[in-house]
Amino acid sequence: MEGALNATDSSTLGVSGARKPPATLRRSQRPRERLAGWPIADRVAWAACWVVGVGVSLVTAAIVLLMAVKGIAYLHPALLFEHPSAAVAQSQSGGFLDPIEGTLLLTAVGTAIAAPLGVAIAVWLHEYGRPAGLARATESAIEMTAGGPSVLFALFGLILFARPVLAFLSQTSAGGSVSGRSFLTAGAVSSLLALPLVVGATREALAQLPARLREASQALGKTRARTIRKVLLPSIRPGIAAGVVLGMGRIIGDTAIVIFVLGATLHLTPAGGLPGLSALRGEGTTLTAYVRYNSPAGEGLAPNKAYAAAFVLMLIVVALNFAVVRLGSGSRRKRPFARWRPARAGSAQ
Amino acid sequence: MNQDPRLAPPVRRIIPRQAGTVVEPRSEPAPSAAAAVASAAQPAVEPGVQSGAWQDPVDMPAPPRAPTTTHSNVVERMRLESVWLAYGDRWVVRDVSLPVRQGEVLALIGASGSGKTTLLRSLNRLTEITAGAARAGHITLDGEEIDGLEANDLRRRISMVFQQPNPFPMSVFENVAYSLREERAARRRRRRAGLPGRGPRGDQLRASVVEALRRAGLYDEVGDDLDRPALGLSGGQQQRLCIARSLAAGPEVLLLDEPCSALDPISTATIEELIVGLRESVAVVIVTHNLQQAVRVADHVAFMHLGELVEYGPSQQIFEHPRQQRTRDYVSGAFG
Repeated sequence: MEGALNATDSSTLGVSGARKPPATLRRSQRPRERLAGWPIADRVAWAACWVVGVGVSLVTAAIVLLMAVKGIAYLHPALLFEHPSAAVAQSQSGGFLDPIEGTLLLTAVGTAIAAPLGVAIAVWLHEYGRPAGLARATESAIEMTAGGPSVLFALFGLILFARPVLAFLSQTSAGGSVSGRSFLTAGAVSSLLALPLVVGATREALAQLPARLREASQALGKTRARTIRKVLLPSIRPGIAAGVVLGMGRIIGDTAIVIFVLGATLHLTPAGGLPGLSALRGEGTTLTAYVRYNSPAGEGLAPNKAYAAAFVLMLIVVALNFAVVRLGSGSRRKRPFARWRPARAGSAQ
Repeated sequence: MNQDPRLAPPVRRIIPRQAGTVVEPRSEPAPSAAAAVASAAQPAVEPGVQSGAWQDPVDMPAPPRAPTTTHSNVVERMRLESVWLAYGDRWVVRDVSLPVRQGEVLALIGASGSGKTTLLRSLNRLTEITAGAARAGHITLDGEEIDGLEANDLRRRISMVFQQPNPFPMSVFENVAYSLREERAARRRRRRAGLPGRGPRGDQLRASVVEALRRAGLYDEVGDDLDRPALGLSGGQQQRLCIARSLAAGPEVLLLDEPCSALDPISTATIEELIVGLRESVAVVIVTHNLQQAVRVADHVAFMHLGELVEYGPSQQIFEHPRQQRTRDYVSGAFG
């Protein structure tokens, strides 16, 4: 502060813009916290926060580091493009092209079902919520799905999709029994894992929107449906994207459904005549199932491949997250659907 | 969408009072705090309240029809006849009758909680999206009951600007274009009415957007880049954008709910100038807490207190020679 007032004489008081700016500026800094004055309980809590924070970071770092070291050590570019083969010797068991494709395909199918459905359910629950009884029932159902173990869904899916009525979703053996296993059926079951996360994130985002946004649109004579589609949903794209990312993470990470409903075969086994779509009706596997199979806990006897595959799995998850978040936020310039910022009175720019 | 009774919020309708008959409002006599305050403030009419035979607290004749303004082409567009409004069991507007005219600005003044905003919101049936709101009485637009019109069509004709600037989180252009683009149902209705079905598109849309921004006095400030995010504008600019958005749809009546309360004096002056300029082409109703603002922009003023219309008259009369003691107290700053 010193110097700021010294140089003033009465002729310049109350006048602005005439003088040069001061040569030195003192930037304000966050004052250092002094623990000494804190109650003992607060100090303990403070220490606990640090311990937990650092601990979680260390565990995460250890996982990433282990996967990276082991993974990079055993990863060859060829592994990414070779089909796996059943061989006792690790050197002859091929790569994991099929599991990579399977992971991407299953995630795509699961997300394609869960994302639109989840957003629709969330909009209905939050914006309409009628009939009230059905809305409450749906809410409980979604909550239960969120907590449910995936092996339960897997079992249910296997039984459901083996019904002859649903044979078109998977393959039918020569004897006439429906396998119930395909990317379509596994994707449908997997979507249950992602659904509650998409619904939750979307509802949360809708709840954060100010009521005056809805009012403004309706005051212009727009219907509620139009308001939702043109104003509300575009405004919450980042929120929806966050939910979808979480949901995709659960689909990618699940193994039970792959083993039960996808077959966890070594190769993708396209079925049916439609080009491009044949893989959807066929069985297959994913990286998680491949890692389990080849890990020391599995039967594949190729632990090195498991490490490499796990590393690739990690990279895929990171890449997908990044892509969806980018997609959700959009280009800031053209579609400024940034988080809602209320206007402050008289604030320029 | 609003027509679907399963989806619309539960709006309890009160049967409109027939002329000449007296219907006892459901919560009168009410033991509610509001009613207690109301009757305490007005011991003279208490017996009337108790019996349900509500009488106008003021000797208000049918709203004056003679043009009291200096403008030549003043046309009555809307008419409110004994309008009652309630939230739940609480009456917030009691028996208000008013004309709304094109060619002049009508200001609703009064202390907080006097029902100004609720009354304003009822003019384009925006009260209906509030759960528990109910209305009785007649409101007409060009002689037609507004209840008989489709709510969204009505809101296109009677547009509203809110207290807080509420632009959509889109670009400036899209904010205005949004109100111009017709949705499918509206397109169908327009075609049936023999109008071109679609709203403007392409160059025509752009021209309409620019025109609306010009009318709102914003074009000179944002015209160089209409694709900038609306939320990046200053508060005053955002509010003018909201006015532009409302004007773009070509409303016949413009409702302004304290449009300047969140703004600085310079932005306020810009908007007031705009309001006065608009009155020739649209009927303007403005709710304001700011008496000076009412003096500056209004041709007619309605003073409301605790849900009642205490006095209605030309601006000059209300501010210089009010007939009612309460009006005199309010405009001289004794309360409020």
